[in-house]
Amino acid sequence: MTETIEGSAAVAHVVRNCEPDVVACYPITPSTHIAEDLAKMYANGEIKKYITVESEFSAISAIMGASAAGGRSFSTTSSQGLALMHEAIFAAAGLRLSPVMCVANRALSAPLNIWNDHEDTIAERDSGWLQIYCETNQETVDAIPQAFKVAESAYIPAMVCMDGFYLTHAVEQIDVPKTEMIRSYLPKFKPFARLDPENPVSIGAYAFPADYQNFREDLHRDLIASKAKVRKAHDEMAKLTGRSYGDGLLEQYRMEDADYIFMGLGSVMGTAKEAVDRMRAKGEKVGALRVRCFRPFPGEELAKALAGKKSVAVFEKDYSLGASAPMYAELVEALYQKPEAPVLSSFVGGLGGKDMTVENVESLLAKIKDAKRHSEWV
Amino acid sequence: MTDLFTPGHRACAGCGAAIAFRQIVNALGKDIVIVNATGCGEIISTPFPESAWEVPYIHTLFENVPAVASGVVAALRAQGNDHTTVVCIAGDGSTYDIGFGALSGMLERNDDVLYICYDNEAYMNTGVQRSSSTPLHALTTTSEVGKALHGKEQFKKPLLDIVAAHRVPYAASTCIAYPFDVDKKLKKAKAIRGARFVSIFASCVTGWGVDTQLGVSIARLAVETGMWPMQEYENGEMKITMKPARKPVLEYFKLQRRFKHLTPEEVAEIQKTVDGFWAKHEAGEKK
Repeated sequence: MTETIEGSAAVAHVVRNCEPDVVACYPITPSTHIAEDLAKMYANGEIKKYITVESEFSAISAIMGASAAGGRSFSTTSSQGLALMHEAIFAAAGLRLSPVMCVANRALSAPLNIWNDHEDTIAERDSGWLQIYCETNQETVDAIPQAFKVAESAYIPAMVCMDGFYLTHAVEQIDVPKTEMIRSYLPKFKPFARLDPENPVSIGAYAFPADYQNFREDLHRDLIASKAKVRKAHDEMAKLTGRSYGDGLLEQYRMEDADYIFMGLGSVMGTAKEAVDRMRAKGEKVGALRVRCFRPFPGEELAKALAGKKSVAVFEKDYSLGASAPMYAELVEALYQKPEAPVLSSFVGGLGGKDMTVENVESLLAKIKDAKRHSEWV
Repeated sequence: MTDLFTPGHRACAGCGAAIAFRQIVNALGKDIVIVNATGCGEIISTPFPESAWEVPYIHTLFENVPAVASGVVAALRAQGNDHTTVVCIAGDGSTYDIGFGALSGMLERNDDVLYICYDNEAYMNTGVQRSSSTPLHALTTTSEVGKALHGKEQFKKPLLDIVAAHRVPYAASTCIAYPFDVDKKLKKAKAIRGARFVSIFASCVTGWGVDTQLGVSIARLAVETGMWPMQEYENGEMKITMKPARKPVLEYFKLQRRFKHLTPEEVAEIQKTVDGFWAKHEAGEKK
């Protein structure tokens, strides 16, 4: 049943309904409402433990500790908060812990800016975490239980990324999965090893050169293999809610006979779908391709989805300064020497909340009809 | 009795920290979880695939130990475990410096954590660099003795007082050379709920430039000279738990390379500070 609710509040509700053992938050715009609403629930006895940490670095550290002790754990942050967590983000994945974090995406300083882009989470793409980018608030609340399910079975921490303000502060009709449904969907967290005086184990040994690389390679392989878990977690929930988001990894919109494709992450893809509809109405063969799961990167799946297309506009709200747009570069790698690979263009925009309109998407789709390679900041 | 911190670890001969670890786990028993900071303690005890710990142990990073412990204890309690003691073990680099904010946060929240700092007065794991716990004029590799400088220019940070100012239920200092005192204070701390802090003076023969066989003796001299007061804070009240013989500080200095360069004036300056501390304390006692 849907209710009229703010995106952040809906996230807090679904987190509570996942019955976490430990929540640890430090407020930062635009994730703050999630932290506040969870604190309200804690004050009402609806959440077992909420730690009011003194920094984001301690927030991630606390949920790492909670996860190592066998607790379901959650935090939320944005931008500078995520950057402050950076060291621990890598350690959480390396230690094979299972916390889930909802990141309300926001630009990184400097200059200071509180509005949306994806620079914060894309900067953590090498950390070994799962990253799910959501288009809508409904998808975000559905992705949270899915993230717990994958994280707690693959022993890989998960970030659910929702666009700051565009989603976090939008009030709309959302169906928040209820506790009963989540209980039937999400099994209790029972890690293979945890901090338990009955069965003492040592977690977090240091590794010599002979072992270190093996640990990193294992993590990489398990992360790649978790694609199947991401799809399964998505499909199982779709059966319960009737809501699906592509195949859980990619969402293809009017792609069947399309020649020109707009590809991107997050809420801008709602805008892109509207642009595709308008252009289709004029007889243009255009489509939209949304990368829902950015880590693990669905390279093979993208190559398959784009085979035979003429041209792709890869739109990103992030950049690897001094190099290129990260998702674009990864797509180039995924399509390298593949038969029937389309021409790939890179467009970077929407940084720090810069508006990306339906008309902007239409103009990029019109631009790539020359089937030449473009690389622009828009 | 089998030690819960087992032999075969990789500490230097005469390592005070390793002595402290054995004292800690043997005092606290099996129903604990150790949360360890990056540093000598972690390096010597858990080279993969070995571990010297017979109790649950986690190491994540250098500066986040109190926060990890807050999460561990929260999860244990949320799962219905109301008995296990969560114990932080961290050196002075982690405690006084890089993890100071996280420590203050944990203390202010009064989380149910027993935090133990093994204080060897410098960053030993990286090769003896100064920390804010390093005493005045001591030589380290980042407080050098040269034409312009003569060792560390600042006083040792008064951490126990700062911890106590958080109004935690228990804060104490002890020393590896007094195993019964360590045992007593740790057991007392274990019986209390909330944020507790115990600082254990633990010599580093390598970093201090002391004969290996003097690892324990040098720690005892720190107490006997009054350089390391044995204290307890309970309910905001400080008390001295051991009256030192008040040997001259020079007796402590002359056995250590880190103090070799001290001039008689510098020794006198430190002696005066130590005398001042004890005079103030004795005056307080007479009131």
